[in-house]
Amino acid sequence: MAANQTYDQVMSRKGDIMMKAVGIDYRRFESGSIAFDYERMMQETGYSLDEMRAIQRAVGVGHTPLLEMKNLTRLARKLAGKGKGAHILVKDEAANPSGSFKARRAANAVFHARKLGFKGVIAATSGNYGAAVASQAAMQGLNCIIVQECYDSRRIGQPEIIEKARKCEAFGAEVVQLTVGPELFYVFLLLLEETGYFNASLYTPFGIGGVETLGFELVEQVREQFHREPDVVVCTHAGGGNLTGTARGMLKAHARTTQVVGASVDLQGLHMASDRHFNRKSFTTGHTGFGIPFAVWPDRSDVPRSAARPLRYIDRYVTVRQGEVFYMTEALARLEGLERGPAGNTSLAAAFSLAQELTEDHIIVVQETEYTGAGKHVQAQLSFARENGIEILRGDPASEIPGTNIVLPEHPGQIVASDVDLDRLKRSYIRNALKASGVDRPAESDLQFLAEDTKSGISFVMDTIAGLTA
Amino acid sequence: MGKIKKGDWVQIYSVVLLPDQRASNLPEETQKVPLEMWVTGTLREEEASIGDDVTIITATGRMVQGRLEALHPSYRHSFGSFVPELQAIRQELFGLMKEGGWHGRESNL
Repeated sequence: MAANQTYDQVMSRKGDIMMKAVGIDYRRFESGSIAFDYERMMQETGYSLDEMRAIQRAVGVGHTPLLEMKNLTRLARKLAGKGKGAHILVKDEAANPSGSFKARRAANAVFHARKLGFKGVIAATSGNYGAAVASQAAMQGLNCIIVQECYDSRRIGQPEIIEKARKCEAFGAEVVQLTVGPELFYVFLLLLEETGYFNASLYTPFGIGGVETLGFELVEQVREQFHREPDVVVCTHAGGGNLTGTARGMLKAHARTTQVVGASVDLQGLHMASDRHFNRKSFTTGHTGFGIPFAVWPDRSDVPRSAARPLRYIDRYVTVRQGEVFYMTEALARLEGLERGPAGNTSLAAAFSLAQELTEDHIIVVQETEYTGAGKHVQAQLSFARENGIEILRGDPASEIPGTNIVLPEHPGQIVASDVDLDRLKRSYIRNALKASGVDRPAESDLQFLAEDTKSGISFVMDTIAGLTA
Repeated sequence: MGKIKKGDWVQIYSVVLLPDQRASNLPEETQKVPLEMWVTGTLREEEASIGDDVTIITATGRMVQGRLEALHPSYRHSFGSFVPELQAIRQELFGLMKEGGWHGRESNL
């Protein structure tokens, strides 16, 4: 190992490396206490909605179709009973150049990198974002490195991640593949230092701003096609950027009454840094292993202040099980003639359940789909799970145990989204914010910030803090 | 297998961190194995064999050293084996559709 390159040495240089690699001095927005000026960070370092739309239009990103799921709506109505069952609409984000909504984040990040004069971009991602950055780098003429957590110590690769490596290489990117472990971040920092490339982080203002166009378009399309506002928008939730960007775009379209729902696949019980658990999960993103930690502490990301702050915008958070998402993926193909996902269908599975709570005159929008293919496909994932000792059963999905079995519903009526206690997550976030800042007595501005960052109120924040010290 | 030549597209392997160099607070099974890495690129040496320590030039022009592991590394991921449960679900869904009398995609609105 070369000088100054031990794990601890490199991690201690994290702040400096990141400042150079992102081009943002986050200290400008800090108050020195808990609070920081989120909106000013988004404005001063990001782009306006019109600018983002222009950047994306130039590279063929966005303007994806909004499709009516007629047969899935009929099925939901049949299950829901008289007068119930909202219209289910799907924003077909798989139509983006790299096959997912991540093209929106990548288009802006790569544009910004080029504007600042960087020769290349790096992203640490095993998912669709890697393919999106690679695709945009190819279009905009920059070099690209994607760092993936790909294999377990037996060198068995998650097929979905292998597919992503293939796609990145097809776009000319260099793919660095690693075994399981959070030290991926260490390798990422070393590569940033070595190359001087731009960190195309998922969590910068330009990355999140890129998703605002999705929320904005969605509202415009619902108004144009159905002459009204969407009642509920369901976002698959992992790191928080999808939900944050979509919700911000919806607000920019003045859709103030629409409920924003986050949905994650329930993988509770599986450890994300575990070599043994790595290939016992059938979802590499959109799951609670990211969804909950990033909600309760967004600043765990690869930038000092994450622009993805889901608790600021989320109205309701639900989970669905792996078996339910696989079933819906099959239903989407068989009933609607669309092969997508499966991971991107997490929000579809949730929406199918939530639609049944609403009356027929409501509109519920699933705000993304993703491409499918070898490795990613539902059959690829299920047969891989079976080869890795996971039992595939038919039955009540409520009995599914992540890492042990996958329970495919026997009937679509068994698909039921479960609510996560959002207040508990908000309290946990407030606790983490206090702990990270080391502040014992938050100022008035801190309380205001925490209330905004949790979409709660000053009294909720004060009660939570009182509960911590009691 | 014959000698691998300069300019051939290859994959190399290296250990990034030995178990005792890894981060603390890892699950036990992760802590006891090394952090390993694979990178692809063109071979820089005139000639080499599998298992040799070599240098490659990656797609972004970086020079990386490691143990030569494969010539022309290929992707073998697939659509997996037949999953009978999925076929059953497709048939059941078709049954529900017939029962409901739904055919085309005419609007519900």
